[in-house]
Amino acid sequence: MRIGIVCPYSWDVPGGVQFHIRDLAEHLIGLGHEVSVLAPADDDTPLPEYVVSAGRAVPVPYNGSVARLNFGFLSAARVRRWLHDGSFDVLHIHEPAAPSLALLACWAASGPIVGTFHTSNPRSRAMIAAYPILQPALEKISARIAVSEYARRTLVEHLGGDAVVIPNGVDVGFFSRAEPEPAWQGGTIGFIGRIDEPRKGLPALMRAFPRILEAHPGTRLLVAGRGDQEEAAAGLPPEVRGQVEFLGMVSDEDKARLLRSVDLYVAPNTGGESFGIILVEAMSAGAPVLAADLDAFRQVLDRGRAGELFPVGDADALADSAVRLLGDPAALARLREAGSRHVRRFDWGTVGADILAVYETVTAGAASVATDEPSGFLARFGRG
Amino acid sequence: MTETLIWIAVALAAVGVYLSWTAGRLDRLHARIDAARAALDAQLLRRASVAQELATSGVLDPASSIVLYEAAHAARKAEDDQREVAESELSQALRAVFADSSQLEAVREAPGGPAALGELTSAVRRVPMARRFHNDAVRAARAVRAHRVVRWFRLAGHAPFPMAFEMDDEVPDALGADAQFDAG
Repeated sequence: MRIGIVCPYSWDVPGGVQFHIRDLAEHLIGLGHEVSVLAPADDDTPLPEYVVSAGRAVPVPYNGSVARLNFGFLSAARVRRWLHDGSFDVLHIHEPAAPSLALLACWAASGPIVGTFHTSNPRSRAMIAAYPILQPALEKISARIAVSEYARRTLVEHLGGDAVVIPNGVDVGFFSRAEPEPAWQGGTIGFIGRIDEPRKGLPALMRAFPRILEAHPGTRLLVAGRGDQEEAAAGLPPEVRGQVEFLGMVSDEDKARLLRSVDLYVAPNTGGESFGIILVEAMSAGAPVLAADLDAFRQVLDRGRAGELFPVGDADALADSAVRLLGDPAALARLREAGSRHVRRFDWGTVGADILAVYETVTAGAASVATDEPSGFLARFGRG
Repeated sequence: MTETLIWIAVALAAVGVYLSWTAGRLDRLHARIDAARAALDAQLLRRASVAQELATSGVLDPASSIVLYEAAHAARKAEDDQREVAESELSQALRAVFADSSQLEAVREAPGGPAALGELTSAVRRVPMARRFHNDAVRAARAVRAHRVVRWFRLAGHAPFPMAFEMDDEVPDALGADAQFDAG
């Protein structure tokens, strides 16, 4: 099958959607399909051979943070050329409602189109204003995929219609086969995420940590992620500060080893998550998970059966749960086991098969993807 | 005077372009519904065929075989207005038959069993998918057809009013997404 995938966000900047598209493309190529990804990228960044650059992205404030997006006539022309050259059987557009490449591709293409909705932002005024512009483009999408039940609900409320839920995929084997690092073992709690992004929730964990340390002396907190370490650790008493280790940005390999090594993985996020891939990665590595009770996390953790949940932003509850779990090896073993079993639902083998099933459902008997020529008006007069 | 005429001409042309564009939109939506309906029909037929094959294979116990055969046969033969009910009954029959995991084991051990089971699993899981895509297209078309402009100028032409396909398509637990590894 010839598959065209459109990535709305800049390929140079790491992010959940970009990683998902990279893994999906590589999984599909591994199965023998022809895949081309159209993504914004600087001209001098090295790209994998299946990625086609749509030009440089411009930073714009969108959806609560700064996103790097593409728009304008030049980008629109590149989208058309890519569609024309690719002659795809199916076009898979990610985040079609984002004012970016995805929307441009939606306008420019006709034929079997699949759209994946990643975000679950509350209804904004911009969305309401843009509705008449979005709707004609979005109604070309033959099949909608939402990455979680939560994302599906947002989609149904904002845009109407329906979607199938297919979670983001993870290479479970990559995490479960990683070698634990002895330096990171022995009474350790793990956290991975941007330090300076408040929605990742590190401050709550920092507030809870002194109490955890009191109950289990010698426990270490390993923090991996970008951001200002001194600012994050400010206000901690010196004896507590000594038990917190900042690892900075870690490679994918080190992330897997870290997750394999820790006794407990804590996800104290306070919002802005529509899926929670990091929890799936932690479960793949067999790390017991303690997470904030966000809708998205609750669903990824099988309504709390594959990991413990605590009320969002509640540092005391976080400390209570962590103290109890660290003092109960049997409970930790149970979480490890439940997580490892549940996570197979998210393996690329399962997720990839579901996505291919969607492709096959929409392409059955349909023509291939073409550029949607705006000649309909004249043609109509000629016909009428 | 000439100026007024020019403006009227421009306004009429603009209205014409808008009407033509909306008609094109509707045209594409109707084509999308047709494609989605064909895909749904194909998945339903595939599901009924595999179910019937399993029912006549002699692998299942006689009572289950009869229940499944009856339901699959009725689903394949149903007239359009009875189709939703017949397909829902097939879903119920499949759930009843495969509620007991020993049935699944029996099928898997039979020669050719794993392949038949794989096909059944894929069919029962694609039916809800195809149905959602179909009903989503129906909803989008209905939203456009409800516009005043579309009604006044009869832009929908003679295309029949799109109807959603409503049925019980719940997948048997033993064949669901979470079960496929535990069972295998």
